[in-house]
Amino acid sequence: MATKASRSAARVMMAPAVVLLLGWMLVPLIMTLWFSFRTYLPLRGGDQGWTGFDNYVRFVTSSSFWPAISTTLVLLIGVLTITIVFGILLAILLDQPMWGQGVVRILVIAPFFVMPTVSALVWKNIFMDPTNGLLAHLWRFFGADSVSWLSDAPMVSLIMIVSWQWLPFATLILLTAIQSLDGEQMEAAEMDGASVLSRFFYIALPHLSRAITIVILIQTIFLLAIFAEIFVTTGGAFGTRTLSYLIFQRVLESQNIGLGSAGGVYAIILANIVAIFLMRIVGKNLD
Amino acid sequence: MGQITLQKVTKSFGDVEVIPPLDLDIQDGEFTVFVGPSGCGKSTLLRLIAGLEDITSGHISIDGNDATDIPPAKRGLAMVFQSYALYPHMSVRKNIAFPMRMAKMDQAEQDRRIEQAAAALNLTDYLDRRPGQLSGGQRQRVAIGRAIVREPAAFLFDEPLSNLDAALRVGMRMEISELHKKLATTMIYVTHDQVEAMTMADKIVVLRAGHIEQVGSPLELYRNPRNTFVAGFIGSPKMNLIEGEEAAKNGGHTLGIRPEHIDVSATEGQWQGTVGVAEHLGSDTFFHVHQTGLTDTITVRAPGEVSFRHGDTIYMTPRTEQLHRFDDKGLRIA
Repeated sequence: MATKASRSAARVMMAPAVVLLLGWMLVPLIMTLWFSFRTYLPLRGGDQGWTGFDNYVRFVTSSSFWPAISTTLVLLIGVLTITIVFGILLAILLDQPMWGQGVVRILVIAPFFVMPTVSALVWKNIFMDPTNGLLAHLWRFFGADSVSWLSDAPMVSLIMIVSWQWLPFATLILLTAIQSLDGEQMEAAEMDGASVLSRFFYIALPHLSRAITIVILIQTIFLLAIFAEIFVTTGGAFGTRTLSYLIFQRVLESQNIGLGSAGGVYAIILANIVAIFLMRIVGKNLD
Repeated sequence: MGQITLQKVTKSFGDVEVIPPLDLDIQDGEFTVFVGPSGCGKSTLLRLIAGLEDITSGHISIDGNDATDIPPAKRGLAMVFQSYALYPHMSVRKNIAFPMRMAKMDQAEQDRRIEQAAAALNLTDYLDRRPGQLSGGQRQRVAIGRAIVREPAAFLFDEPLSNLDAALRVGMRMEISELHKKLATTMIYVTHDQVEAMTMADKIVVLRAGHIEQVGSPLELYRNPRNTFVAGFIGSPKMNLIEGEEAAKNGGHTLGIRPEHIDVSATEGQWQGTVGVAEHLGSDTFFHVHQTGLTDTITVRAPGEVSFRHGDTIYMTPRTEQLHRFDDKGLRIA
């Protein structure tokens, strides 16, 4: 297989795809970098030339920057905590032999296939609507006042919606990890006198640690870019403006492409830092 | 102390009865080996004693106390698994300490026992390594170390040597035997390898399909197999089992003769045949003899170097006093 001829043939055949992917990535990246150094206000005079690092400075010194960062972190930590804790519990549950296992597993994974926009709309209109939502009915059934979720508890609502979407992913990864746990190890621990809880904390959890790290890193990359859920629910109001939403607002609502691009570059750097850690951990996992 | 008694123990998985009612006594300090072909229920029996499987009916008692419903950890037994089942994220030291840590033992006592076990098992230099950095034999020793520090009433070994290569297996066999001599603790050892059974056991329990076929010391089983199954299973190479006319002449339905109890000659003998394969080991020579008119192949073991080759005619004389006779149900005729 690996003769010189076949290797160079492989290179030639892969080249179009590599070139296409590179172009796909490089063109937007270079354009973002280009605009981030220019004053570009489409409705107020268009492209007005170089400004150096002005946009970068303005982006981080703006009064919305730190609140946006803290919102992003709250969302990130909230969703990660919920998906990992419940993901582990669900994975353990799904690992038990039971009737209809296949169907149940598909149902558990289902939310992951729903588009973010759709799921956010479903949550907003069917569950969280203060007058006609299912939750409102439930609250009234118990005699409580219905909660207007998205304005009274916007972050909680947002975390709930996003967690619901990402729980299946975490469950799936953790389930495969649990299934790879050696049964004899658990039995050995049982013989060694470890209680159910000790077996979980001393044997199962360390076994899951790598899977958990991978879930954290992959989810972090995607959660940093959460947009649709915020757009269709609160529209960035009530303190739900994350970093990616702030960039969107700078570009489209303030019509300041230069400023938004500078924010975009910050986001790229942030995502790459996470990605480097991810690569290293996944790489270690493959040894 | 480690006296284990099984009374009318049965085990069924759903409708399948794996262990039919079974009685067994294991004395304190005895090295008992469960041996049998794969799927004979020997591992299940061990797991029943360990408490990892619930018995369907019957009683297990350890040192005279009913242990039937006692959870595995409280039975005072330690088990060494086939895959060693070491905890991969813990160092050797922590692996060995785990059962003591679970028992909330005093730290100084833990350290003392770890040092002692590590010295006994040649693990002192490896205490801070992870199981992944150890060889198969070293992992095996860590698993044994983890069992020793608990000072259990009995050790249970579930085919512990089957993942090791042949040379290492012989070495570990000796080490486990020596350990037994030193500790004088009851050991129950499961294997499908009759050589391991013969070399290590005080008492062998031969199992087939959950039934105990025979219990006895290795030489008892070798000399007086109770039936054709035990006769064929114990001893290497296998006993020749001859049916038909020749057996009837000697007063049985089946006639058994071990390969080492046949004398060979180039000129005269009771049976005649053609050498098929000759295995020259130096110390011994094995012949697989065909066309004897008795059975398909007769295996013969001749001590030293005997120069028969493929296709040679060979004469064989069984030693009459070493013949085993079995009736039509396969049971030994005394």
